[in-house]
Amino acid sequence: MSLRVLVGCKRVIDYAVKIRVRPDKLGVVTDGVKHSMNPFDEIAIEEAVRLKEKKIAKEVVAVSCGPTQAQETIRTALAMGADRGIHVEIPAKEMEKLEPLHVSKILAKLAEQEQAELVIVGKQAIDDDSNATAQMTAALLDWPQATFASKLEKTDGELEVTREVDGGLETIKVKLPAVVSSDLRLNEPRYATLPNIMKAKKKKIAKMKPSDLGVNLASHLEVIEVVDPPTREAGIKVEDVDTLVTKLKDSGRI
Amino acid sequence: MSLRESVTQSSSRINSGVNVSATPAALYNLHTQSSPHNTDKWQSTESRYNVQRGKFSAVSEYDLKFFQELLGPHRTVLGEKELEGHNTDWLCTVRGESSVLLKPKTTEEVSTILSYCNQHQLAVCPQGGNTGMVGGSVPVFDEVILSTALMNQVESVDTWSGVVTCQAGCVLQTLDQHVAQYGLMIPLDLGAKGSCHIGGNISTNAGGLRVLRYGSLHGSVLGVEAVLASGEVVDCLSSLKKDNTGYDLKHLFIGSEGTLGIVTRVAINCPHRPAAVSVAFLGLQSFEDVLSTYKIVRHQLGEILSSCEFMDKSTLDCVEKNLKLTSPINKYPFYLLLETSGSNGDHDEEKLNKFLELTFDLGLVKDGTVATEPSKVANIWRLRERIIEAFKLDGCAYTYDISLPLPSFYKVVEDLGQTLHPDVLSVTGAGHIGDGNIHFTVTSKEFNQEIVESIEPAVYEWTSKVNGSISAEHGLGFLKRNYIHYSKSPSAVKLMKQIKALMDPNGILNPYKVLPD
Repeated sequence: MSLRVLVGCKRVIDYAVKIRVRPDKLGVVTDGVKHSMNPFDEIAIEEAVRLKEKKIAKEVVAVSCGPTQAQETIRTALAMGADRGIHVEIPAKEMEKLEPLHVSKILAKLAEQEQAELVIVGKQAIDDDSNATAQMTAALLDWPQATFASKLEKTDGELEVTREVDGGLETIKVKLPAVVSSDLRLNEPRYATLPNIMKAKKKKIAKMKPSDLGVNLASHLEVIEVVDPPTREAGIKVEDVDTLVTKLKDSGRI
Repeated sequence: MSLRESVTQSSSRINSGVNVSATPAALYNLHTQSSPHNTDKWQSTESRYNVQRGKFSAVSEYDLKFFQELLGPHRTVLGEKELEGHNTDWLCTVRGESSVLLKPKTTEEVSTILSYCNQHQLAVCPQGGNTGMVGGSVPVFDEVILSTALMNQVESVDTWSGVVTCQAGCVLQTLDQHVAQYGLMIPLDLGAKGSCHIGGNISTNAGGLRVLRYGSLHGSVLGVEAVLASGEVVDCLSSLKKDNTGYDLKHLFIGSEGTLGIVTRVAINCPHRPAAVSVAFLGLQSFEDVLSTYKIVRHQLGEILSSCEFMDKSTLDCVEKNLKLTSPINKYPFYLLLETSGSNGDHDEEKLNKFLELTFDLGLVKDGTVATEPSKVANIWRLRERIIEAFKLDGCAYTYDISLPLPSFYKVVEDLGQTLHPDVLSVTGAGHIGDGNIHFTVTSKEFNQEIVESIEPAVYEWTSKVNGSISAEHGLGFLKRNYIHYSKSPSAVKLMKQIKALMDPNGILNPYKVLPD
């Protein structure tokens, strides 16, 4: 049995970049700031490519919703081993309106159209930390979901997934087709290396708009304010233990 | 008792940017806990090296009183445990026995201290971040340690000229982050950036990863204020880019490792911080391929190239094994790490990709990856920056920093690697190929004097034969002072000694260092 895997990859601000809040306090500065693929989505792509290498998957399709630059993210996925890409174009000025629910609707429609049997996405994006897309996509498709996956194994028409949960690890079985969200320890993503970077240039990226998939970007959420976390106060040095205890008592800590 | 004891955890803590001078006691505990085969401190420099104490006074109660009155009790540090980290270097090759560390805040205080020490014949060891590689930053005997730790004020950043003026004790990384706010960068970068002081960098003419692009400190330092042994303050702190008025004295202090004066303030010409940085990590089959690729690098990437680093398979294997880092590409005998910096990331990425395709099609580069995202760029750099840390985790690392003509660059590893001791674990070569500077390193599980003898003086003679430098960037310090004749003529050394005698007649500044005995 050979599956087609659909993988969602989001273009986010690179995690090593220092984030700055916009003067209008409604978001962060993105202009001229270095972006890269959401690290959890890299893990998702890596897992899909490994499934292909193990001959469990027959094709890996990488999807990204965003402005023109989202194509760079898809190219990275292709250079890692995805077979083709789908770019759902959303103009830069409308990007702020894009919510997990919209992405879920888009992924669900694409999964049906492409006849995918497995959808893998990162567990959350490092910019909004929503952790909602995988779950809503599964609900829209009425498919089982295995979220926070740290291990994935295929067994006869089913997936055995180990999930990282608060209490430790939980192993579940889900029937295919299914939606999986990848957690940090699922794998270590490969770098896109030479022969693959060149092969990726020849792979196809299809373009479409959300409306082509019957999805409109009506807002359900409104951002009221974005602020920096409070700045850390300077510490004080004290001469001896007695002073330390007094200060702790005075500030109500003990 | 061994010369270079094995240190495991402590070295990785040091390299991760922990300021050594801040936690000397903790450092000592790490040493004793993590060395399985000896619970003793390693031998003092005096007992293990052949060196005689000079005719200096010993520090008396009267002297301590003077320092305490000048600086206050908090800035006159006493006590064996507190001074442990300041009496020893991070490579565990030397150990001094100073009983006092002074922490001045101003040039005036440095001047008063040196004037006093000169009058009373007290030897002084200037100390910055104590990250030196040749035992130059710690006392040999009981020299008074003068630390720049509290001289960390940035005085001004001129955004028009790009010149930053600051005190000598600013930590390099902190200084770089400070000027980053103005869109500038310090034209110096090395693995020790989280701990080293700019004064120390300048006193040792530190090299590092970006010499290829920004040149040496002799070019980028515009001005220096230093205090002579007599206490006299020499003000050469001009921040002009062009000033041909008289002898350019600052060059005397740049690279003389604190033996001609203590650097107290500096003015540095900062380049514009690049908008886009990209790296490429390449795998190559033979050293001839490395040289051919390097030629193409110079040709195609010349104007945007900011770093060109090299490592061989044994180096990367050691990094992967000891630090649990992963190589982005498959295994090859040689690797190159290229970095480009420019104002337009898209242009640079295109140039890099074209270069990669060309060298791949020519069969010179067998595998490679390009990264432009800051997180990936940092991951790839880590493989190079943490090399010495990885070596230390083998147990004991013997490292030699030499400058060679490019065709002979790797031959030193090939030639010397044949004749080494059976206890040797790895024989490696890595370094700044763009500058012709290789770090030839050998590791073993435990220190073994026989291993040292199989390498020295063979490596220095080899280097001398090809007219290379026996210390490309690390300086001479204490450990290499007597090898100076391998790379400098007798006439040059004679003049150096004359200058030293002129500027420091009592020889109190960093004695036993740089010049041969």
